[in-house]
Amino acid sequence: MALTNEIIQQRLIEKFGDQVQQFGEPFGMLTFEAPKDLNLKVLQFLYDDEVLKFQFLTDLQAVHYPDNKGRELAVVYHLHSLTNNVRIRFKVFTDILTPDVYSATALYSSANWMERETYDFYGVNFVGHPNLKRILNVDEMDYFPMRKEFPLEEQTRVDKDDEMFGR
Amino acid sequence: MSDHHIKLPEGSIEKLTTTLNLGPTHPATHGVFQNILELDGERIISAEQTIGYIHRAFEKIAERRPLYQITPLTDRLNYCSAPINNMGWHITCEKLLGVKIPKRVDYLRVIIMELARIADHLICNSIVGVDTGAFTGFLYVMQYRELIYEIYEEVCGSRLTTNIGRIGGFERNFTPTAFEKLEKFLREYPKVLREFENLFTRNRIFMERTIGCGPITGERALNYGFTGPNLRAAGVDYDVRVHTPYSSYEEFEFDIPVGSTGDCYDRFLVRNQEMWQSLRIIEQAFRKVKEFKGKDAEIFHAEVPEYYLPEKKDVYTKMEALIWHFKIIMGEIDMPAGEVYQSVEGANGELGFYLITDGGRTPYRLHFRRPCFVYYQAYEEISKGAMLSDAIITLSSLNLIAGEMDA
Repeated sequence: MALTNEIIQQRLIEKFGDQVQQFGEPFGMLTFEAPKDLNLKVLQFLYDDEVLKFQFLTDLQAVHYPDNKGRELAVVYHLHSLTNNVRIRFKVFTDILTPDVYSATALYSSANWMERETYDFYGVNFVGHPNLKRILNVDEMDYFPMRKEFPLEEQTRVDKDDEMFGR
Repeated sequence: MSDHHIKLPEGSIEKLTTTLNLGPTHPATHGVFQNILELDGERIISAEQTIGYIHRAFEKIAERRPLYQITPLTDRLNYCSAPINNMGWHITCEKLLGVKIPKRVDYLRVIIMELARIADHLICNSIVGVDTGAFTGFLYVMQYRELIYEIYEEVCGSRLTTNIGRIGGFERNFTPTAFEKLEKFLREYPKVLREFENLFTRNRIFMERTIGCGPITGERALNYGFTGPNLRAAGVDYDVRVHTPYSSYEEFEFDIPVGSTGDCYDRFLVRNQEMWQSLRIIEQAFRKVKEFKGKDAEIFHAEVPEYYLPEKKDVYTKMEALIWHFKIIMGEIDMPAGEVYQSVEGANGELGFYLITDGGRTPYRLHFRRPCFVYYQAYEEISKGAMLSDAIITLSSLNLIAGEMDA
């Protein structure tokens, strides 16, 4: 029997009760969230469960929602169960002042650099990461550039006198 | 003792190992990234990678751009097979917008994507040849990569960073010359590929250099997030084209070549086999394209006026077309809100696009899942204990593209 999103959702609810929530299926991919202290427990459960077998970490990144007070940063995991060929998306939200999230490096070696990249751009502090330092930006950088408080230049700005490019 | 002695860092005389900086601008790395190797004689004890030398903040830039302006950014990820990146991005946008793509466009895209895959594998495999000391193969096949680039040129006007296609299809129909060039390529290339294989596959020197060099088990490869030919060389038959088909790949018949040991030799063989499979796919797609007759043979894009630039002569003569043209160019079209993940089988593995929109005119967040970036972190593990010269072959046979790594 093919693994459907309903079965995954049911198994997660059986295991974690109402701590996993916000289930949705944007464009067919099951998406849900859990409290950030539970992230490793959920990942481990998804990894070990004999039916689900989500053993491939496709991608890991963060998203910044500045208006979401207390839950500004979302860490998003894309997992793939290769045996069932099903993908899911799992999110944890964290406060931007104490952005501590447990590191998944013990479970997935691939999470190492993905978490470093996420730290580099969003400042998510992955607790338990073996080598959490910047990866793409210079080490001396003292801010996290992908956060929304660093806007790119406004396209319509008029204060800049630039004769070469006609602004 | 006089004061004229050169001052060496403390402990550097007593140290028994050598530190070697391989890169960032070493010709053998074929890209701008650094490996700090700790060597005991010629054996590698540890390797530390530094990347980010050509980081261009594409994800940040993309947050200020309408969708069609992001296509040129994707070109510069894996620039050896830019059309796959472009198509992947278009497919992502089309998924978000719910555009239905005509079959003919799907087939034309498949042709272009498979040509790009051949071009990429060709570079990678011939570079492995160069690093093992065989320059001939590299120079010889360049001529045939050129044929592929001429096809790109005929379709979109550029060669390396192609910006090929638009959301909804292609910017113009394939010209008869494009098809002629494709036919020429299909006619001439198999012979060359066979010769290329003859040069390497059973070559004693090549085999001795690459067999058992930089191996990885399937299990470790999965744990490290390997995808594409590198994963298949380790014996795992995961291919996005088969597992989550896009662009009508489910209609084509092809095999997924797999290796067993995951070493440089297997990676080489898998890539070579994949080129044959790509040729098979192109031939099938070309046959399907030729079946379209009359009006159907002129379909080269879907009807998405909000995103597909109208033809220039319509812009000058029709009100509607002028309005859409203006709105598209000025980026004044609001996208539907949503979050979408779409991946395509890039030449190096699963190239994923994670796009979040909040209903505005630009993406709220865009993340590229770059296969190179994910699997390069395994380099330390697979090169530990190897000889320095093997490490260099491993580097080139993993097909690391700095542009893709750094985004």
